[in-house]
Amino acid sequence: MRDRFKKWIESSSAWESIIVAIPYVWLFIFFLIPFFIVLKISFAEYILASPPFSTLFSLADSGAMYMTVIFDNFIYLWEDSLYRDTYVNSLKISVSSTILCLLVGYPIAYGIARATPTAKKIMLLMVILPFWTSFLLRVYAWIGLLSDQGTINSFLMWIGIIDSPIKMLYTEFAVYVGIVYTYVPFMILPLFASIEKLDMTLHEAAADLGSRPFTIFRTITIPLTMPGIIAGSLLVFIPATGEFVIPDLLGGGNVLMIGKVLYSEFNSNQDWPIASAVAIVLLFLLVIPMMIYQKYQAKESSGA
Amino acid sequence: MLCLGFAFLYIPIFLLIFYSFNYSKVVPVWGGFSLRWYVELFQSEEIWKSVVLSLEIAIMNATFATLLGALAGITMARIKQFRGRTLFSGMISAPLVMPEVITGLSLLLLFITMAEVIGWPTRGITTITIAHITFSLAYVAVIVQSRLVGVDESLEEAAQDLGAKPFRVLIDITIPLLAPALVAGWLLAFTLSLDDLVIASFVSGPGANTLPMLIYSRVKLGLKPDVNALATIIILIVSIGVCIAGWILSRQERQRVLDMQMAESGKFDQNEDEPVRA
Amino acid sequence: MNTQTDNNNLFADQPWLDPERSPFVKIQSLTKTFGSFTAVSSVDLDIYEGELFSLLGGSGCGKSTLLRMLAGFETPTSGNIFIDDTDMSNVPPYQRPVNMMFQSYALFPHMSVEQNIAYGLKQDGIAKNDIAERVENMLTIVQLTQFAKRKPHQLSGGQRQRVALARALVKKPKVLLLDEPLGALDKRLREQTQFELMNIQEQLGITFIVVTHDQEEAMTLSTRIAVMDQGRFSQIGTPTDIYEYPETRFVANFIGSANMFEGRVVENGADYVTVKTVGSDLSFYIDHSAAVRENTAVWVALRPEKILVSATPPEEQSQYNSVEGVVDDIGYLGNFSIYKIRLANDKIIEITHPNQSRPKHGSHLAQWEEKVYLRWADHSPVLLTK
Repeated sequence: MRDRFKKWIESSSAWESIIVAIPYVWLFIFFLIPFFIVLKISFAEYILASPPFSTLFSLADSGAMYMTVIFDNFIYLWEDSLYRDTYVNSLKISVSSTILCLLVGYPIAYGIARATPTAKKIMLLMVILPFWTSFLLRVYAWIGLLSDQGTINSFLMWIGIIDSPIKMLYTEFAVYVGIVYTYVPFMILPLFASIEKLDMTLHEAAADLGSRPFTIFRTITIPLTMPGIIAGSLLVFIPATGEFVIPDLLGGGNVLMIGKVLYSEFNSNQDWPIASAVAIVLLFLLVIPMMIYQKYQAKESSGA
Repeated sequence: MLCLGFAFLYIPIFLLIFYSFNYSKVVPVWGGFSLRWYVELFQSEEIWKSVVLSLEIAIMNATFATLLGALAGITMARIKQFRGRTLFSGMISAPLVMPEVITGLSLLLLFITMAEVIGWPTRGITTITIAHITFSLAYVAVIVQSRLVGVDESLEEAAQDLGAKPFRVLIDITIPLLAPALVAGWLLAFTLSLDDLVIASFVSGPGANTLPMLIYSRVKLGLKPDVNALATIIILIVSIGVCIAGWILSRQERQRVLDMQMAESGKFDQNEDEPVRA
Repeated sequence: MNTQTDNNNLFADQPWLDPERSPFVKIQSLTKTFGSFTAVSSVDLDIYEGELFSLLGGSGCGKSTLLRMLAGFETPTSGNIFIDDTDMSNVPPYQRPVNMMFQSYALFPHMSVEQNIAYGLKQDGIAKNDIAERVENMLTIVQLTQFAKRKPHQLSGGQRQRVALARALVKKPKVLLLDEPLGALDKRLREQTQFELMNIQEQLGITFIVVTHDQEEAMTLSTRIAVMDQGRFSQIGTPTDIYEYPETRFVANFIGSANMFEGRVVENGADYVTVKTVGSDLSFYIDHSAAVRENTAVWVALRPEKILVSATPPEEQSQYNSVEGVVDDIGYLGNFSIYKIRLANDKIIEITHPNQSRPKHGSHLAQWEEKVYLRWADHSPVLLTK
């Protein structure tokens, strides 16, 4: 018995099992099971109790288990225009800010990829550096810039372009600025990776065959950097859709986004079943982009 | 265009630092140079408490996430076939893009259910740490995996061929080769934990206020000069850290390239079999 | 006793001919499949102690898979491997009496040359002093003593190759497996290293099994070669056998170059065969017999250097082994030239001819579009039935 155990522990398959099992079990308990709990509660009923939801499974007198599935929460979400508008608005904001990030990020990524090796290293470091500093503080910085007495308004009034402050903070504009500002590094890095891989002789070949610069960009550069464009866009779009801090701090009460609604449903209203249903619908909206991203990720990291 | 881009990235940060030295209580109005907010910051017991809590969580998180993430990364890069591999790779990459509100909500519901069923864990430092490990380990796994994909698999085979048992191969070859990725992963997990507001807010319990939670509750009420002072200190520490790391890495890389060039040209070998060319 | 010694002497260089010797490495109907792809298809092979045996083939022919099964990195789908009469089926790589030199060398980048070489000995729990001594010896053999403290990235390609060799040899394996040992070196260094490798093998007497795609390398190094194609052996033999007596069209074409003629057997005599080619008057007289019936479709291979060329018609006309054509193209390669001769039926024959004197002094056999007469000896053509 002991010998057999010793032999097993020395074999490769034993080590493989141990290596796989530890993170697997962890993720199973703390990542997968929680989703099923959310799913379960999203089908439950709101009751004034602790925890504030009805149990889905109940033991009848006979000992058989009954399951009460209530779609009320989802029907409520569908019928209440507040939730519907919030979902639509979230998607509108995340799609538009993804496009904005792409427009801002592409030239920067291109510039970095074509710089000298030393400049490239320094600029990459400068793109990554804000990422290592607090996200919350970077959002906070924009309150100081955008508020009525903020730096931008003060400056514009000082040079005399405007007489009274423009309202920027607590508007959708502020949310766009915040999202683009915090997420643009996520766009730049994958774009940079795919632009850097691009063989410059392809551009020369296209020019040699008579293409004008814009045609080259449209027919050569864009198609070949598509993997970077897709990865970057997903990395911005997915988290931006569920964003909470930016609409909360910069959008105030005027901008409805689903992350904020979920947070307040849960914390202020204590309505867990609705919060769970909101989360499930959000997940449902994001599941396809997330799967695309996962495919991309798997392909990238396997070196294919 | 590049300058504009970097200006966009950095001007808000510089302004943040600038106003931390402002005497005025109203942030955007300049009231003269002063360090009063730094003094206030250092006197605030509340801030120190949350800094200590955040650091404790960040260190524990980074250590465990690196351990688990390394195993997950090795699994993804080296173990080609096992049951449930697709599910596993899904669970590794999903936390990277999962909206924080969903992760936070689902983990809180798990912790509440667990507390009901087995009486553990109590909400607070433990739950925040577990939640952080869960999403940080995915980042570490990606770093480890991409490093390991770049490592020639025959190195591990060579060690086995020379008589090393699988565990020895892991200790002697795989882990030393992964060292840079493990350091990077640890630092990233540490930062992610220090940075997280949403998930911590969901899973935290009474009394356990991390630094981002504290900052948020203050900022929610408007601009706070002492937050600027705190931001300045954080930015300073991070910048110095990143610059040192970048400098060490680039120096190592330069030395390596130099060594390789010299080895190939045979220049620093006196007794090489190839003649030294002038 | 006496005959035993005689026998040993007789077969010292060719142990595979000795009926009393048993093979050192024995491979029995070994198969490896990956999904629906068969990498190695039921091969049998005997390799004798002290041989330098090459597995030669193009990429994807299964040679590397075979080597990896010997090392234990791949588990055979079916079949057996015996090394020194021990079945290797359940022996993991770290317990096999073989060591491998990897194509990429696989030197541990975080260890010095010394530590790399000592690594395998440490795994066997050998005393520190012994390790130091054996490493020292090995460094001397591969002439790297002064580089002991270097890290792999501080070495040139040739030095890295020698470290990899030393690391595998220091464990005194029963068999050394070499995967494209010279593949990463440039041409000049490769030629020099080939001979070093042979010297070391002779010095230590360890059985070498080499995987290579380079036929020149296989020809110079090996005692015997197995030519592999699509997971099977096309032919196993000495370099001379393989080149001069190819058994299949694949081997004839893969090793060196050969002119191929499709034809039918006209006569099958006791010690000769005659073949008439398809679509021309050309007929071959081949001075060895073969187990073929008359009128069977066969192929005849003729090496370019075995054809004699002259600008004047031969004195005695023969119906066999001669043909006339026109020079279609000449390629001057310095030490020799390649002539492409177009026959009456537009078939092109390639001929090589050494340039014994400089062009000014009339070394060119013939000029473009000139008529030439070709002939060859009866022992030059090879009859191929496969």
